[in-house]
Amino acid sequence: MSILVDDSTRVAVQGFTGSEGTFHAEQMIEYGTNVVAGVTPGKGGTTHLDRPVFNTVAEAVEQEGANTSVIFVPPPFAADAIQEAAAAGVEVIICITEGIPVKDMKPTYHYVQKVGAHLVGPNCPGVITPGECKVGIMPAMIFEPGSIGVISRSGTLTYEAVDQLTRAGYGQSTAVGIGGDPVIGTRFIDALKLFEADDETEGVVLIGEIGGSAEEEAAGYIRDHMTKPVFGFIAGRTAPPGRRMGHAGAIVSGGSGTAEAKFAALEEAGATVVKNPALIGEAVNETLG
Amino acid sequence: MKLHEYQAKDILRDHGASVPDGIVVETVDDAVEAARKIQKETGTDLFIVKAQIHAGGRGKGGGVKLAHGVDEVREHADAILGMNLVTHQTGPEGQKVRKILVTEGVDIEKEFYLGVTLDRETSMNVIMASSEGGVDIETVADENPEAIQKVWVDPVLGLRPFQARQLAFALGLEGEAFKQGLRFVSSLYEAFEATDSTLAEINPLVLTDDGEIEAVDAKINLDDNALFRHEDLEAMRDLDEEDPTEVEAGEHGLSYIKLDGNVGCMVNGAGLAMATMDIIKLAGGEPANFLDVGGSASAETVEAGFRIILKDPNVEAILVNIFGGIVRCDRVAKGVVQAAKNVEIDVPLIVRLQGTNAEEGKQLLDESDVTIRSAVLLKEAADKVNEAVGS
Repeated sequence: MSILVDDSTRVAVQGFTGSEGTFHAEQMIEYGTNVVAGVTPGKGGTTHLDRPVFNTVAEAVEQEGANTSVIFVPPPFAADAIQEAAAAGVEVIICITEGIPVKDMKPTYHYVQKVGAHLVGPNCPGVITPGECKVGIMPAMIFEPGSIGVISRSGTLTYEAVDQLTRAGYGQSTAVGIGGDPVIGTRFIDALKLFEADDETEGVVLIGEIGGSAEEEAAGYIRDHMTKPVFGFIAGRTAPPGRRMGHAGAIVSGGSGTAEAKFAALEEAGATVVKNPALIGEAVNETLG
Repeated sequence: MKLHEYQAKDILRDHGASVPDGIVVETVDDAVEAARKIQKETGTDLFIVKAQIHAGGRGKGGGVKLAHGVDEVREHADAILGMNLVTHQTGPEGQKVRKILVTEGVDIEKEFYLGVTLDRETSMNVIMASSEGGVDIETVADENPEAIQKVWVDPVLGLRPFQARQLAFALGLEGEAFKQGLRFVSSLYEAFEATDSTLAEINPLVLTDDGEIEAVDAKINLDDNALFRHEDLEAMRDLDEEDPTEVEAGEHGLSYIKLDGNVGCMVNGAGLAMATMDIIKLAGGEPANFLDVGGSASAETVEAGFRIILKDPNVEAILVNIFGGIVRCDRVAKGVVQAAKNVEIDVPLIVRLQGTNAEEGKQLLDESDVTIRSAVLLKEAADKVNEAVGS
């Protein structure tokens, strides 16, 4: 088992024929991901990377049985692409696009909730179940199949953590990049619930950062419901207040969203707090031995 | 992107919100003329002269003055224009005042707070109203949270009349002021939505002696990700209010924020960049900056990054931390070596490459004729930072 994606995942790539879509679709196919179709409005009926291209997501679902989509559509059109996938009945929608206006994401988030789909991202590296399925842009070779779940708001910092885990001998059940935007589909708490219910996952590494209160919400869930060990790191202890640190959602405003508060919430909830990002792998090793 | 008060007020006025007359000027003579014009139109003898900088806390820093008569407008304009205004938000270096807003003064009966922002917990906009205006809303939230009335706006339904009433009642408005309050709330929300704002805040909103509801101050922050569809708003960007090095970095596609420490850093990815700053601190240094070179980490962007970091005279060492994924580390290493040669770095340079072809990358660094302290593991990089600057 694993969460969100596995070897039964059938992926449609939205924004398939663009340069980003093409490059990463190739990488996914090479990894063994079952990419069944692409969607580019206006290019329906053609083929690309030996896969059929459709004008609409609905056609990709009907004709190729796509149950997951990954979105490489430019920011002005990306919210529409998410909505299209949700309307077509896609179960897992993974949006890689960075730079979508918050105003577009608010109704999109609520629509996806209403339909009951899983949205991951936007502004995220995607989801990978090592050895089975990669839906995203992460470098595949650092991942190993295993039993640690990884949830992170960041891209390269996820890779850092995964690399440390793999070196320490801990493979990953699934790694989920939830994204660095203020409005995202899957939050820490949602991914924690999935990992808690997943038989294969024995522990979870949670990588948060400054801004918002998603880590504090997650801490509440960890305290009340998580039976598996959780290891938490929060990036941005040295970030100045009031400044947006790269990610649209990474800002300490009015004293809220600080790394200290998030570390404290996790610690209080019984998670193993890792204050040094170089020691994530070691911390897991010490606890799980 | 932040806007000036006068720009925010123009936007609010365009959306039907009641804002006192005001004119923005850059010279003392124009300030006097502006005051005369306002006097002619409104008959007022009371003015407010307000420094236009992006930072808050202008009043306490001496950037906002009440003027009785045109002569006092001249006096205050003369004092404020060109002054270096220091507030809790500018930092000790302050911000030079280049523009002032001359507005009609109002006799205030009561002050309120009214603001709109995104509530990340619900992914909805929240409108907050408080009868405790003129003070920091965070202070009110801490000390007297029940004094803040909040309504959450469904993104599909939009702001409903009952919600506006809820807010106006919470402010204790009655009669004509209640009606004006309703209009103000809907104008503010309309402006927030129309401009893709992340924050629209009126503090204070006032009830005047004449029973009018007016915005005495206004603050609007825009969503940078939405500027592509707001050319008119993008044109309001004031580069004088931004750190010139940060602006320059932006032109190279780098996301740079200057900090006060002694170890510069250059990283791919925002999360890893923050974690790298944290590592520097743990290794006994202080981060001199945040710098995300983005996905490519090419020789050109790395070179631009070095130049920008080295503009800061406090930098005693530089840590480059690249996690190569799609980008191969050996290519990044070549870029780093080339950039380091071109820039002539005279402080210890620590380069940590990890990911695809990390060992090949390290070898290229070690064999180059530039002095680079190379590392593969983040721990090793931290130790090398400590050797360079730690005590």
